Amino acid sequence: MKTETRSEQFHPPSVMGNILRKLHIDIPLFIGLLLISILSFVILYSAGSQDMDVLMRQAARVGLAFLLMTVLAHVDPYQFKRYSALLFGLGILLLIAVLVMGQFGKGAQRWLDLGVFRFQPSEMIKITTPMMVAWYLAEHSLPPRPKQLLVASLLIIVPTLLIAKQPDLGTALLVASSGAAVLFFAGLSWRFILAISSVLAGLTPILWHFMRPYQRDRVLTFLNPEADPLGRGYHIIQSKIAIGSGGIYGKGWLGSTQSELDFLPESSTDFIFAVFAEEFGLFGCVGLLALYLLIISRCLYIASQAQGTYSRLLASSLAFTFFVYVFVNIGMVIGVLPVVGVPLPLVSYGGTSIVTLLAGFGILMSIHTHKKFLPHS
Amino acid sequence: MSRIYTIKNKLVESRLFLNRIIAAFIVILLLTSGLIVRLVYLQIVGHEHYATLAKDNSIKIEPLVPTRGIIYDRHGKVLADNTQSFSLELIPEQIKDIDDTLHRLQQLLNISDEKIDQFQKQRKRQKRFVSTPLLISMTDEEIAKFAVVRPYFPGVDIQARLVRHYPYADLASHVVGYVGRINEAEMKSLPIAEYRGSTHVGKIGIENTYETELHGKTGYAEIETNVQARAINTVNSVTPIPGENLYLTLDIDLQKTAYDALGDFNGAVVAIDIKTGGVLVFASRPGFDPNPFVIGIANDAYQALQSSENQPLYNRALRGLYPPGSTIKPFIGLAGLEYNAISAEHKLFCPGYYQLPNVSHHYRDWKKGGHGSVNMTEAITQSCDVYFYSLASILGIDRMHSFLQHFGFGEKSGIDLAGEKQGLLPSREWKRNQRNQSWYPGETLITGIGQGYLQVTPIQLAKATATLANKGKIVTPFLVKNTASPDSLGPEADNHQDNFELKSENINSIISAMINVIHDPHGTAKGINKDINYQIAGKTGTAQVFNIKQDAKYNENDIDFKLRDHALFISFAPADDPKIAVAVVVENGGHGGSVAAPIAGQVIKQFLGATNEN
Repeated sequence: MKTETRSEQFHPPSVMGNILRKLHIDIPLFIGLLLISILSFVILYSAGSQDMDVLMRQAARVGLAFLLMTVLAHVDPYQFKRYSALLFGLGILLLIAVLVMGQFGKGAQRWLDLGVFRFQPSEMIKITTPMMVAWYLAEHSLPPRPKQLLVASLLIIVPTLLIAKQPDLGTALLVASSGAAVLFFAGLSWRFILAISSVLAGLTPILWHFMRPYQRDRVLTFLNPEADPLGRGYHIIQSKIAIGSGGIYGKGWLGSTQSELDFLPESSTDFIFAVFAEEFGLFGCVGLLALYLLIISRCLYIASQAQGTYSRLLASSLAFTFFVYVFVNIGMVIGVLPVVGVPLPLVSYGGTSIVTLLAGFGILMSIHTHKKFLPHS
Repeated sequence: MSRIYTIKNKLVESRLFLNRIIAAFIVILLLTSGLIVRLVYLQIVGHEHYATLAKDNSIKIEPLVPTRGIIYDRHGKVLADNTQSFSLELIPEQIKDIDDTLHRLQQLLNISDEKIDQFQKQRKRQKRFVSTPLLISMTDEEIAKFAVVRPYFPGVDIQARLVRHYPYADLASHVVGYVGRINEAEMKSLPIAEYRGSTHVGKIGIENTYETELHGKTGYAEIETNVQARAINTVNSVTPIPGENLYLTLDIDLQKTAYDALGDFNGAVVAIDIKTGGVLVFASRPGFDPNPFVIGIANDAYQALQSSENQPLYNRALRGLYPPGSTIKPFIGLAGLEYNAISAEHKLFCPGYYQLPNVSHHYRDWKKGGHGSVNMTEAITQSCDVYFYSLASILGIDRMHSFLQHFGFGEKSGIDLAGEKQGLLPSREWKRNQRNQSWYPGETLITGIGQGYLQVTPIQLAKATATLANKGKIVTPFLVKNTASPDSLGPEADNHQDNFELKSENINSIISAMINVIHDPHGTAKGINKDINYQIAGKTGTAQVFNIKQDAKYNENDIDFKLRDHALFISFAPADDPKIAVAVVVENGGHGGSVAAPIAGQVIKQFLGATNEN
């Protein structure tokens, strides 16, 4: 353990640095998040038909999300650990409540109306699932033994199934991968990972059987979008045209013809990357990916420097899940993954995902800025 | 020893974890490279291809909207079709100063402010390049006026569109229904691909029930366009499949007879072809003209329809709830015979009122002084209330409830129209659940003459009558005969699913009593027995709209028109081989015999007259 004092060197002793340190803000991460938020406004302005209202609403949400991040950064990570099981249990109960209430409503039910605002329990479970799995595994020595693996898998499968039943395949996927990431970072043996992967591949036909018709449609459309250009394949065909026509340098800001002419549906939400790619070209795309990579690298670095098994596992899982988010969204927009309805993190229009994401970054900052000089084991 | 072990373990864990972080980072780099490779493929290798698709000669996928199916009556008369109509449409994107353009158009064509407002609202909801209508169904004069000055109005053009047209207007409005612009809620529930390009959807009536069949299947064309977005070539297309034409069982001429016969009264007439269940007449008066709804009805016109006290938008035949009054008596009588509660010949004395044991309340007969001693036939013929008070008292509410249920009272008739009301067939259980009260004997009595809680819709009444005429075999009414041609037959006689056994002697004595209603000199509907060579069986009914006090006397001329009794009549003919069943409800019509029966008489005579000639 040679890194306890290293964190000092990342905070130059300037006035600003002092203030930020008091705020428990990690500067590199903060700058990365700020940059991408600014970029988000730039794209949203163009994708949202240059509507200032859209920007103002988004700005309010982002402001709120940053506030939440700062608040969480102040909390000692020990508190997260302490309340992991409680928060996870609460999240599961809320998920069940949503499902039960959905029986009375019509179709998909993801919201819990709290009067003042609507709350999506599946968002909360995105963070509490890795917290729970990390907490459970941290109680034992690593790598996890078969019995712990079994319990941990159960802790992941229950919320995943509850969300998939809503039905919200995208979020279910993210929750499952956040839990799986904890297992991976806990040192799940490579042999086991290989075995699980082959079993999952064998399970695909069974999974197919249990999918909703619209979910099957998405997969089929993904495999052959041209078969149904008016309906199911429309999104993918149009987004590929938008991205491809952007070329190397793009058509310039506000130059997107595809979204402007309404060829591209959901251009401010799930498909915003297509607008970005059309306007800023390959250069812009690589730049955006680089920015994401920077944020992810910083998060992984924070994880590697974290104290205690719980903090490490949680931090690394949050970092990896953020990448999964980016990969699934961009992958679907450029036509290499099925359309599962995951927004582009920190860029897409819409509040709930941004709040959850920044809450996650708040936890990462808390882990990084609350280090004790002696491990207390 | 254990402490060393722990430290060693910690070190192993640490190393393991760092290894995993590195592995994860490598995975992330690899996957990101994968994304970049794909982007390079799309944006460099495929750039030219996609750029062509997107810009200069772009391929646009245009939906090809199918033509909506036509609705015919049973003889092939058109009830709903599509007519060419010209509309003035603006493409906001191509207009520099939209307010100025609107102002000039308003002066040129004398457009109302309301229409300008409507246009502005619609424009804000749509993308700027979408052609938005300002005027729909332009007159020839308007078209000519605009054609002359068209060069001065860039971005404004006349478009030909197919507009749904209902030639019979208010006559069949409640059956056929209408289509209207797709609203936001419908936008979410309709299949997106099928309705890309469709502007209208069936809102009520057959147009709504058979939306899927009528709409057809949307096709598409891949159109190559030039820089100005003008189509220059169709690359590939899938032709739309037009909606199916529907042939209804409705006879629009018969419908007109019934509708006209209602005159100035509000009410409903339903006639059913007993052999098939096909609905011949489904009239609700007043109707309304559905045509303005297609092009978007003006707000004040809609308000006028909504607030009219005659409620023209209200489908009385399907949703109107009325006490059946004495039209329930043949069914109660049949229940008495079937349960052996009374014999057809048994006479009961009617002094003009009925009293429950130990209760002072007088349940009055409509005839002051009473009918004297009457048997079942006489009681139905003269519509004696006291006889049926007694019979109801003998039967009890439980047996009445279960018997009436067989005829479809208290449940939807099953006609292929959405929004049907199920009426109310009261029972002990119902009262306990809904009102948390027990059932009173007096309520059994008034149920026996079709008053009290009992409520029926005209379509239910017609179904029950048809089922009675069919000797208990259930007749399920339907409107759409088929979707192919007027000649092929729809669901033939088979739709009598769930039958229940009635003794033929019982049903025959009820039917002969119902014949007496029309053909006996004492019959309450003897006015309609002229000029026919067959017999009609029927029953009149008068339903109280409000209760008369014990000591008061009902005097038609003294009371407000809206509180006057409803007149009802059920009938079928020919009595020996029933072909048509008719139910008539005339709101505030007064007497069933004098007001409602002649309407049914006209419908029956026209229908059987035409059938006999063939």
